[in-house]
Amino acid sequence: MVIKRTKFIRDVLLGIENLLLHKLRSFLTALGVIFGVASVVAMLSVGEGASKKALDEIRKVGSNNIIISSIKPREEEETTMGRPHAVVYGLTYKDFDRIYRTFEPIKTAVPVKEVRKEGRLGERNLELRVVGTTPDWFELVKRPIEAGRILIESDMTHRSAVAVLTEYGARRLLATRNTIGENLTIGENSFEVIGIVKSESSSSGSDVQLPDDKVDAYIPLEVAKEYYGDINIKRTTGSMEITSVELHKIIIQVNNIENVESTAKGIEAMLSRFHTKLDYEMSVPLALLRQAEATKRTFNIVLAAIAFISLLVGGIGIMNIMLATVTERTREIGIRRAIGAKKKQIITQFLIETVVLSTIGGILGLGLGIFIPLLITLFAKMPTVITPFSIILPFVMSIGVGLLSGIYPAARAAEVDPIIALRHE
Amino acid sequence: MNDGHMTNDAVIKLENAYKIYPMGNEEVRALNGISVSFKEGSFWAIMGQSGSGKSTMMNILGCLDRLTKGCYLLEGQDVSQLDDDSLSEFRLRHLGFIFQSFNLIPQLTVQRNIELPLYYLGWDSEKSAERSRELAESVGLGDRLNHRPTELSGGQMQRVAIARALANDPQILLADEPTGNLDSATGVQIIELLKKLNKQGKTIIMVTHEPDIAEHAKNVLTMKDGVVERIESNGNKTDKIYT
Repeated sequence: MVIKRTKFIRDVLLGIENLLLHKLRSFLTALGVIFGVASVVAMLSVGEGASKKALDEIRKVGSNNIIISSIKPREEEETTMGRPHAVVYGLTYKDFDRIYRTFEPIKTAVPVKEVRKEGRLGERNLELRVVGTTPDWFELVKRPIEAGRILIESDMTHRSAVAVLTEYGARRLLATRNTIGENLTIGENSFEVIGIVKSESSSSGSDVQLPDDKVDAYIPLEVAKEYYGDINIKRTTGSMEITSVELHKIIIQVNNIENVESTAKGIEAMLSRFHTKLDYEMSVPLALLRQAEATKRTFNIVLAAIAFISLLVGGIGIMNIMLATVTERTREIGIRRAIGAKKKQIITQFLIETVVLSTIGGILGLGLGIFIPLLITLFAKMPTVITPFSIILPFVMSIGVGLLSGIYPAARAAEVDPIIALRHE
Repeated sequence: MNDGHMTNDAVIKLENAYKIYPMGNEEVRALNGISVSFKEGSFWAIMGQSGSGKSTMMNILGCLDRLTKGCYLLEGQDVSQLDDDSLSEFRLRHLGFIFQSFNLIPQLTVQRNIELPLYYLGWDSEKSAERSRELAESVGLGDRLNHRPTELSGGQMQRVAIARALANDPQILLADEPTGNLDSATGVQIIELLKKLNKQGKTIIMVTHEPDIAEHAKNVLTMKDGVVERIESNGNKTDKIYT
């Protein structure tokens, strides 16, 4: 075994020596594999990066969750021009109760009312997204608490004028001052800041909308109803838009991941019975997750095909050069055969040379392939992820390409007739 | 390998040997029923015009080709029925080749060229290096181990080739026009080297078309049209003994 291994190492070294005799030719031959492997590594890492970003966002929303949002129906949009009248649409408090009571698998449901108001604290101000909700919000949109506390049940029952800010909002409004207990004015109403939580914001161009935003102020739902009502008046130059929305969102958490899709279907059916217009939209992160995974699979298949083609081209290049090499070295093969080399030893010699060439090409390709995603991230600001798979696959493929493209030239070499080869000039 | 009891036994024996090549509807009989035997320790020159069958004879003797018909006994073993791998093995263990155009591998150093048979015999690198050094010294090229063949003269290249042919310590050396590419003075040196090896007990079979060179051999076999035309020993002509 030891003898065999050292003999193998010797054969490999001999192969390398032979390749080094024609450095430029060997390099050019390996180039196909180098670029093939590099492009596969780069493509896999970009694909992996894109899908990881999507999957991360979906997971942030929560795969057990269903989010129903109010949307302004299309037909209303057209008629609002001209005379001002209130457009009533969206989810209602009744919808919330019905959904919560009807569906057994629902673990928690959170009603959300959103109002855009200016928040003031001392001399500073910030346009806030006021979110009227229940303590369960923090159960479903789990974010680390930075300071103070979150909303609790007694805030609901006492209709306390308290607000939880996001870290970003708190920083903008309070700068270096101690936050908790400060008096925050939202619109015309005064709130006590009781806590600060971290927030996530959805990135642009993403399919997934996160429920929270960095300028959120969370207040008890009842307080929001009382202070701001359902009617929202938006003044733009020359026109006025009045809308009336009871709830902007309902976030639902289902007890078990298996019930997510059936519950979503049930809710959809129920809502369509009570809403004549399509003034709501359902988002099921799990479905998106499944879709993202399916997309990723398709993407991987396409990548594998491209990888296969590029390595095939590299392999053909190697085969071509090795065939030329065999012709060129016919005399050498004849000499070796005359001395007593068996056919399989000639095959081994040429196969080792090809595999060494393609493996070195593979290693160089990996180096280049790891370097390219760094550039992509740096200049194109695209996330890239290099997984062990995206390294191992192209590397193994490069060895395989060496073997496959070497077999035919090596077999040709072995079939050289020593009598003719020795006369070959 | 060269045990005493084998001396004066036939180390090579062809019996009724035919090599027939089909050529369209015709056939070419390169060897047309040859029976000949060479004793251990003998030095033969095979002569003949081109087309006489001497090259075919060399290929058959060198186990590079197989007989169409007949029997070839090499060191007592019938090799006429062996497959390609076994023939390779036989060449590796029992034969040494010397060619007209030296046939050294140009990209390998002198040492590597000499080591080539040892590589296929599976010797480790230290032992091979030692043996190749000894052999290079024995042919007077101990200082050229790291040179490439292209850096050597013709005579030196042929010496390297001889060293390589000796690496596996074969009983039989087959030399195909060993002086054909050399000037006469160098050619004589090479012949002297072969004679020295013959004195050491090697059986040498040499193809040549130069009578001057053939004179150095103990026996001369002349071929014509695939048969043995005549055999001369030490200058005494013996016509058609083995045909």
